[in-house]
Amino acid sequence: MKNNDHQFAVPAVRLPKCPTGVQGLDEITGGGLPRGRPTLVCGGAGCGKTLFAVEFLVRGAAQFGEPGVLMSFEETEAELKANVASLGFDLAGLVRRKKIVVDYVHIEPSEIHESGEYDLEGLFVRLNHAIDSVGAKRVVLDTLEALFAGLRNEAILRAELRRLFRWLKDKGVTAVITAERGREQLTRHGLEEYVSDCVILLDHRVHDQIATRHLRVVKYRGALHGTNEFPFLIGDDGISVLPITSVGLNHKISSERIATGVPRLDAMLGGRGFFRGSSILLTGTPGTGKTIVAANFANAACQRGERTLFFSFEESPNQIVRNMQSIGLRLEPLVRRGLLRFHAARPSLYGLEMHLATMFKEIAGFKPHVVVIDPITSLMDAGTASECRGMVTRLVDYLKAGQVTTLFTSLTQGGHALQQSEAAMSSLMDSWLLLQDLEGNGERNRVLYVLKARGMAHSNQVREFLISNQGIDLVDAYIGPNGVLTGSARAAQTAREKAEALAGQQEAARRKRELERKRAALERQIGGLRSEHEAGAEELRRIDQQVGTQTRMLTTERSELGRLRHADAKMPAGKPGRNGRRN
Amino acid sequence: MKTKTAGRHPNGSPRWPAHLWQLRLYVTGETSRSLTAFANLKKLCENHLKGRYRITVIDLVKRPQLAKGDQILAVPTVVRKLPRPVRTIIGNLSDTDHLLVGLDLRATD
Repeated sequence: MKNNDHQFAVPAVRLPKCPTGVQGLDEITGGGLPRGRPTLVCGGAGCGKTLFAVEFLVRGAAQFGEPGVLMSFEETEAELKANVASLGFDLAGLVRRKKIVVDYVHIEPSEIHESGEYDLEGLFVRLNHAIDSVGAKRVVLDTLEALFAGLRNEAILRAELRRLFRWLKDKGVTAVITAERGREQLTRHGLEEYVSDCVILLDHRVHDQIATRHLRVVKYRGALHGTNEFPFLIGDDGISVLPITSVGLNHKISSERIATGVPRLDAMLGGRGFFRGSSILLTGTPGTGKTIVAANFANAACQRGERTLFFSFEESPNQIVRNMQSIGLRLEPLVRRGLLRFHAARPSLYGLEMHLATMFKEIAGFKPHVVVIDPITSLMDAGTASECRGMVTRLVDYLKAGQVTTLFTSLTQGGHALQQSEAAMSSLMDSWLLLQDLEGNGERNRVLYVLKARGMAHSNQVREFLISNQGIDLVDAYIGPNGVLTGSARAAQTAREKAEALAGQQEAARRKRELERKRAALERQIGGLRSEHEAGAEELRRIDQQVGTQTRMLTTERSELGRLRHADAKMPAGKPGRNGRRN
Repeated sequence: MKTKTAGRHPNGSPRWPAHLWQLRLYVTGETSRSLTAFANLKKLCENHLKGRYRITVIDLVKRPQLAKGDQILAVPTVVRKLPRPVRTIIGNLSDTDHLLVGLDLRATD
């Protein structure tokens, strides 16, 4: 930076400048018009030449203490006073206080006859008299070309004009000479050949039925100046030129973070929302909920007690308030408390520069902490693409310089082209959120991405964006082997997973039951076998017993038998036999 | 430069004789062009309006504030204040034909 400063060091001798007081013009010209020299202001009918000249004089007299002379060839003093009074210039008062002299030069070609040679010394005398009577430092000749209509001898006229400009320089007054725009040249009668120090061109163009005024410094001898065409406008307080480049890239930077009004979105932005004073672009196809996000953001700001200015170019304030009510957002109390202000205007109401100036004025008046512009794309209809870019640049610069956090919504057409068309604007933005419709399964679902967020870690995830009557919420979209699923597809997928899980559980339970059954069967088998085994053992025992008993019985029987053989008369023959069969 | 006839201040003052022409010659200093113009004007008036005219010469260098009243831009300028309507002829009046047309003298004669 230091080196650059040296490189573009200003020349040692600077041209003295005469501040015009016209908003923005002094910035373009580096201080004003060349002091003590004539400046030519040319332009077509109705482009504001006279006003420019009068403003130069009035501001000179009122702000810079430089009295002036207005020599008017077209409008009478009364007309001039009335015309500029509507712009807040007190020409009549300045004339009364002898700060400005108005000299109306009436030329009626039909009343003037020429006979022989003449010069314009009469004009010089008048001008000189007027200048001396108030000690004028500024002179306006509006418009000198009327002379060409009144005087037929062009040779004399041109010679006299040359002398006039010389004379003005010698007199040391800063002069503004207005002239009609010519077809081939800057002025109809080629006045630019006499005025070589500074030439300003005013222009009033109609593009797409919207008129925009432009100012261009065609020439400024011996001084660096902005060569671009600058839009300017005629407002309640005169002309203001809006230089695109007047604000540099040296804004104060805040590292304070402010909430977005949607907790999940804060979480996506490193957990704490946007930087204060940053500019945020929110693009989306129609119906994706841009205004809702914007309204939430505004609401959050107001809840923090910050003033919020909401520029609406599509809906009326009442409509926004009503619509937000349906998602549980009550904006009306905020409006009543003066925290939230709406400014609604149709984009086609007036030209782009007028919109810009109105917005500047609103911002300067309300001093908001947060500004919402919904949508910026509507303004694009009010001018060409390059004008709009210039406008957005100026707006962003202006807001950043004031540490105002700004949310721009931007309406885009569907498809991938949207990211290209927005790319130019996005480079000016610190954060870029994208709202998109995903279509599938016969439904549309909204999703939200954070495309960029300068200076903070941010989520790379797609979130599904849900709007309900409780407000908005962001939920994780289902991301799986089948891609990103949202809406009912996401719900179906969740349900399917649940069902699968349930089925798995049931299967496991079934298998468990089966195993248990098997085990129980085995258990039973084991029981059976054991009882069989015990039965076998019992049998064995019994057999053993039987064998013992038989043996005993046999022994008993034998002894009995022996006894019986001795005493047959006492015992029936069958009894021992029956005992024997039973065992 | 002196005043030929100092006639009282004009503009239909009742005492101004109706037939009398009232002419004003605006000049800036005694330049040769001023002198030529005066001579030319006087000669013409003598030829066409003998005894019926007054010429007032106004030097704007001395009285610049008078330039505004008759909307003087070029010098020399002759303004015919009377008879009405007011007519203005600019130049050194060397072109007699144009001067006559300008003063509307031919019609009068």
